[in-house]
Amino acid sequence: MKELFILVVVTVFTLVTYYLVEPFAHSQMHKHYESEGFAYADLPALTKKGDATRGKDLVMGAGACTGCHGIKVAGMPAPMDAVTAAASYGVNPPDLSNAGSVYDAKFLGNLIKNPAHALMVEHKFDPAKGQMHPMPQFYGAGGDMDQEVADMVAYLQSIAVKGEELTPKMTFELACGRCHAMHYEKWTQIGEKPAFKKKQDELAFDTQVLDYQDSLAKYMGTLPPDLSMYIRSRGAHYIETFVENPQNYLKGTAMPRVGVNAEAAEKVIEHLEDVGDSKRHEREEVGKNVMIYIIIFAIFALLWKKEVWKDLH
Amino acid sequence: MAHFTKATSLHDWLNQRLAVDTLRRVLATEYWIPKNINFLWAMGMVLAITFALLLVSGIFLLMYYQPNVDLAFDSVNYTIMQEVGYGWLWRHVHGVAASVVFLIIYIHMFTGIYYGSYKKGREMIWISGMLLFVAFSAEAFSGYMLPWGQMSYWAGMVITNLFAGGSLHADGLVEWIRGDYVPAQAFLNRFFMLHVLLIPLAIIGLIGLHFGALRIPHVNNQDGEEIDFEAEAAKYKAGDKRSSKVIAFVNDFMSKDMMVVGIYLIFFFYLVFFHYDFAMDPVNFDPANGLKTPTHIYPEWYFLWSYEILRPFSTNVGLIAFAFAQVIFFLLPFLDRSPNAVPASRRGLFKYWFWAMLIDMIILTAMGKVPPVEPFGTIGFYAALTFIGLWIALPFITMFEKKA
Ligand code: HEC
Ligand code: HEC
Ligand code: HEM
Repeated sequence: MKELFILVVVTVFTLVTYYLVEPFAHSQMHKHYESEGFAYADLPALTKKGDATRGKDLVMGAGACTGCHGIKVAGMPAPMDAVTAAASYGVNPPDLSNAGSVYDAKFLGNLIKNPAHALMVEHKFDPAKGQMHPMPQFYGAGGDMDQEVADMVAYLQSIAVKGEELTPKMTFELACGRCHAMHYEKWTQIGEKPAFKKKQDELAFDTQVLDYQDSLAKYMGTLPPDLSMYIRSRGAHYIETFVENPQNYLKGTAMPRVGVNAEAAEKVIEHLEDVGDSKRHEREEVGKNVMIYIIIFAIFALLWKKEVWKDLH
Repeated sequence: MAHFTKATSLHDWLNQRLAVDTLRRVLATEYWIPKNINFLWAMGMVLAITFALLLVSGIFLLMYYQPNVDLAFDSVNYTIMQEVGYGWLWRHVHGVAASVVFLIIYIHMFTGIYYGSYKKGREMIWISGMLLFVAFSAEAFSGYMLPWGQMSYWAGMVITNLFAGGSLHADGLVEWIRGDYVPAQAFLNRFFMLHVLLIPLAIIGLIGLHFGALRIPHVNNQDGEEIDFEAEAAKYKAGDKRSSKVIAFVNDFMSKDMMVVGIYLIFFFYLVFFHYDFAMDPVNFDPANGLKTPTHIYPEWYFLWSYEILRPFSTNVGLIAFAFAQVIFFLLPFLDRSPNAVPASRRGLFKYWFWAMLIDMIILTAMGKVPPVEPFGTIGFYAALTFIGLWIALPFITMFEKKA
């Protein structure tokens, strides 16, 4: 009984200390935000029901999207290679094949109307000061602008792969990959680094990456960090809520609000886990077995003690 | 030369050469431990097991770790954590054990303080224990440098800066320790050497000393009772185990130790697999960057109390207070002027001293981590003063203690 009491005292002091240095201290050190479910409540909703066929004409025509973006599924390659595009725009405009399933529909509509506003980078791009966002606003193709925007969104949604077919890796590459490298899976901002046979080819590739990064760093004011280990350094909750609204945590940051929908955000997190915490399933599996083994060990140890001590009391 | 006969068995062969029977008797079957002890006396064995876990997991990590500022971070976080089979397991075992070992050390120390197990012939146990504490601290700190993350780098920077001695401006000393103006390759290399060779050697030697120091005074017991070990051992050997006040180290004490170790390992492996973040600071998963100071720099939890004794004061005063905190525990056997080696609950004012010290150190620990804003700054300041005050008061309150 006395031992039990001592155990309780030791446990209570241990837990109090743990509480103070972990949950409590962290609550004092970091701002905490809850996810708003990727609802983007500050943006007005799409009011019109879009039509994909009309949308296609707009995207390829009056909307001028393909002047900057490739749409591979529709047979439209990117007008420029990544390095040249970054030299012009600061960053390579992403291929829009799967934009319809990665980005939130309402966000897409607002992005087309006013990129700097939707992306929450108006502090960097103020047209009054002549700072234009590299992606121009869409001022309408002559008809009802809300309808046109809804049509384009509908088109992008109609061509995008959905559900399982949209893999975590594809999601990451579209939503984050033009800015963030991830060298634990050989991802660079201009694509995956292939295995080269000749050193010259490898150096040529590396040079392209460096050129791209130079343009990107100039555009962003800083080179976006390599995200290989961010799942461990920041954790899923932080990344998710940061992506939802980067300005919350880093006021004035150049990282845009990317506008992914909740499902895509989960996929991005899953991909970051696949890269930075790839052994998590094994860890859980092995963990369960080790726990069972240790509990059996403890039971035998207990029985041994009982056996030995029955002569001692 | 001794006389050797033809061996009748392998055991006999060894016995003639190594006296294994005698060793077994002296170290195990006739090494007497008081019966009246609780599970807190198993903490020494728990520490030994945890040290073994650290050693074994460390050896595995060493096979892939690269002590190079450009490669260290990836060799740990990519090669070991993701490529090498079960590398992640060894790293988590090593990281969690490094943190938990301090929890157990603190429990072990406060057990010693509570039961007065540092006096009446047990001074060397205490002093060798404190040397182990210092060696473990150095081991933990040097190990923390190795992944070369942000916290490695900046904690390395801040702690080595302390050696400048405030207004003494001993910058030469700091550079000598670092091997460079800032933590860089030379710094990483020498801390690697310390972590994998010199300090572990010292620890193994000190564990030997600690165990040796236990042999003559024997361990204390729950009631601080003075036991006539010879008489009680004779009783035990005569078969009267029940009324003897002592038990044999093997199997009697060992079986209880193993029971505690079993329960401890359940807790330990739960942490390793399901709750490891407390031991592996997230900030250290960002690679070292000398140009980007992290928003919050704090040491691992087990150094927080002494860090907080440094922090609330001006640089020079802080350093003196810090130095005081580092050595004062060594002096405990001499600052405690009472001859009573009994539980604190029977020791008058010392009882309050014990709990005040424990709670004060927990407060210091908590305040050492949170940002130094109000009211934490003030709380930390008074907790640090209380710490120093308690130590100054100790000789006086124990001097007038009545015989228990
Ligand atoms: C003048 C070139 C240009 C045109 C025209 C253009 N974009 Fe963009 N777009 C960009 C650039 C550059 C970016 C990257 C901006 C950044 O990351 O800061 C971008 C980004 C995007 C994104 C990703 C936004 C995010 O949340 O990360 C989408 C989706 C997009 N554009 C869709 C469109 C659509 C739809 C159109 C046609 C209505 C269009 N763009 C027209 C240059 C253009
Ligand atoms: C248009 C470029 C761009 C895109 C796209 C982008 N980021 Fe970023 N990101 C940045 C920049 C720039 C920073 C550095 C911000 C700073 O330090 O102010 C950053 C920083 C971050 C950080 C670190 C925040 C911190 O606390 O230090 C995380 C995490 C992050 N991004 C995640 C993502 C994820 C996940 C995505 C995709 C869903 C993404 N980013 C898409 C530009 C981008
Ligand atoms: C991590 C390294 C250490 C190991 C492996 C270790 C091991 C042990 C062992 C096996 C015992 C005997 C059983 C027991 O009473 O628990 C013991 C006793 C003791 N240790 Fe340690 N110890 C370590 C660190 C320390 C430290 C840091 C201190 C405090 C300064 C300390 C102080 C003592 C004291 C005072 C005793 C005697 C207890 C008594 O007589 O009741 N030890 N140690």
